[in-house]
Amino acid sequence: MSTIYPRRKATNGIMMALCVVAAVIGLAWLALILGALLYNGLAGVNIAVFTQMTPPPGEAGGLLNAIAGSLVITVIAVVIGTPIGIMAGTYMAEYGRFSKLTTVVRFINDILLSAPSIVVGLFVYELVVRPMGHFSAFAGAFALAVLVIPVVVRTTEDMLNLVPNALREAGTAIGAPRWIVIRSVAYRAALSGIVTGILLAIARISGETAPLLFTALNNQFWSSNLNAPMASLPVTIFQFALSPYEEWQQLAWTGALLITLTVLALSIIARSLTGRREDR
Amino acid sequence: MTLAMAEQRSDTRREKVVRRFAFTDMIFAGISRAAAILVLLILGGVAVSLVVGAWTALSAFGFGFLTTESWNPVTEKFGALAPIYGTIVTSGIAILIAVPIGVGIAIFLTELCPRPLRRPIGIAVELLAGIPSIIYGIWGLFVFAPFVQTTVQPFVINLFKDVPGLSSMFAGPPYGIGMLTSSMILAIMVLPFVTSITRDVFETVPAVLKESAYGIGCTTWEVVRRIVIPYTRVGIMGGIMLGLGRALGETMAVTFVIGNAHRISASLFAPGTTISATIANEFTEADGELYTSSLIALGLILFIITLIILAMARYMLMRIGRKAGA
Repeated sequence: MSTIYPRRKATNGIMMALCVVAAVIGLAWLALILGALLYNGLAGVNIAVFTQMTPPPGEAGGLLNAIAGSLVITVIAVVIGTPIGIMAGTYMAEYGRFSKLTTVVRFINDILLSAPSIVVGLFVYELVVRPMGHFSAFAGAFALAVLVIPVVVRTTEDMLNLVPNALREAGTAIGAPRWIVIRSVAYRAALSGIVTGILLAIARISGETAPLLFTALNNQFWSSNLNAPMASLPVTIFQFALSPYEEWQQLAWTGALLITLTVLALSIIARSLTGRREDR
Repeated sequence: MTLAMAEQRSDTRREKVVRRFAFTDMIFAGISRAAAILVLLILGGVAVSLVVGAWTALSAFGFGFLTTESWNPVTEKFGALAPIYGTIVTSGIAILIAVPIGVGIAIFLTELCPRPLRRPIGIAVELLAGIPSIIYGIWGLFVFAPFVQTTVQPFVINLFKDVPGLSSMFAGPPYGIGMLTSSMILAIMVLPFVTSITRDVFETVPAVLKESAYGIGCTTWEVVRRIVIPYTRVGIMGGIMLGLGRALGETMAVTFVIGNAHRISASLFAPGTTISATIANEFTEADGELYTSSLIALGLILFIITLIILAMARYMLMRIGRKAGA
């Protein structure tokens, strides 16, 4: 016994040290990326970024049309995707909690949740862009809506499942029909969770580039026409980063920083919403 | 008399209200059911639209599309072998790098980390999982690739130049961009996914099991090795597959640093391409029905591969979920 104990102890020491090393490497690596992003991105932050259009090569400019385009496309995507997602989640948690359809939808939805976004872009290209004959902001919003739906479905279902049945029974006992119970009791009890889902969905789509490449395309200029190509922050970053022009590359870094801050802020707000709910 | 009439009137009124409620409820149930079915239709629609779009290419090249390496827009001869190879190799290497580190971090978080630090580090990992892939791409292009080009690659090429096998695996001019660089970026990207899922399944292990192992004198490593990992094997596999699914379909992080070269090289330092990078780089510039259709056919292949991987991942995670629930 005295012979194997030191060896076991040594093995334990080595393996645990390796785990600590893994944690340090992993976290340091990720910190390095964020550090580089902050360093390079902050260098280009000034008022022009928010007030001027994307410049032609070799000139100074900003990202105004790209930021506005991203906002417009994201808002439309959320407006289309959220109601569908909430209703589907409602069916799964309320009407069809024990039906076979729910099991199938949950499985398919989980697959959609991590399906490659570029494939969604191709889908919308086939469905919208090709029949219409041209790229459009609307097609881009539609592609992002397809990405919003699975996130919202998932969180809505989870959150409605957490609502205690006693609340629903109390509603039914005073004679309210099921849909009023769902609307005034279940939704209200699960509100913060559902909002969290929507915020997470916005966080997810605000950095998506691949599905926009061949749906909304890009636009050098200001455009408010939903039926025409529209600039968006991610696609502009993609185009500018791969260009040989220094001004464009700087704008790409700044845009990347803006997206990252947005996504982090949304995730933190979402987390604090559900966090408070758990404490209660 | 009047009382009876009033009663009757209130009865019919109540009946009317109940009927109206039943009607609106039916509509609400119908809409929600339709929305649930729509989710199924989306996946079906993706599959159908890809098959329709890819039909021209598939009927022109047949099965040979999968086994041809050449990709020539001028002569309109397209084969998917190089992108398929690139996708599988970069994702495979990425998983090989990310899994040991990710599991290591998960062990650190569940067994070693001081309690006050657990939540912040766990949250940090989850936040990092949400950072869009284009950020990793731009970092890879401007920071990582130059570093690899000037420091890592010359060193490795020198190190292995006299070792048979390895010398051709790590051969060639140091471009910086290429297959291995892409794999490493992908590894960093899937690391948070693998870590957070592994940590979640580690936490499903009942404390009693671990405590009894500690009670008979096991070391921390022995508890992890003999109790935690066997108990959560299915869940870990599910997490790995989920990470693999992400890596296979990842576009932006790879497109920046892969080099977009349609050939299969023995060297991991050589530029290559993946399915998603090819589509992202060439789709808007593709002219001609056959070119576009070939790119959509690539998308179809990617869709089928990831569908299989993700379905397996979900099935495995569902099994561990049931175990945790019971």
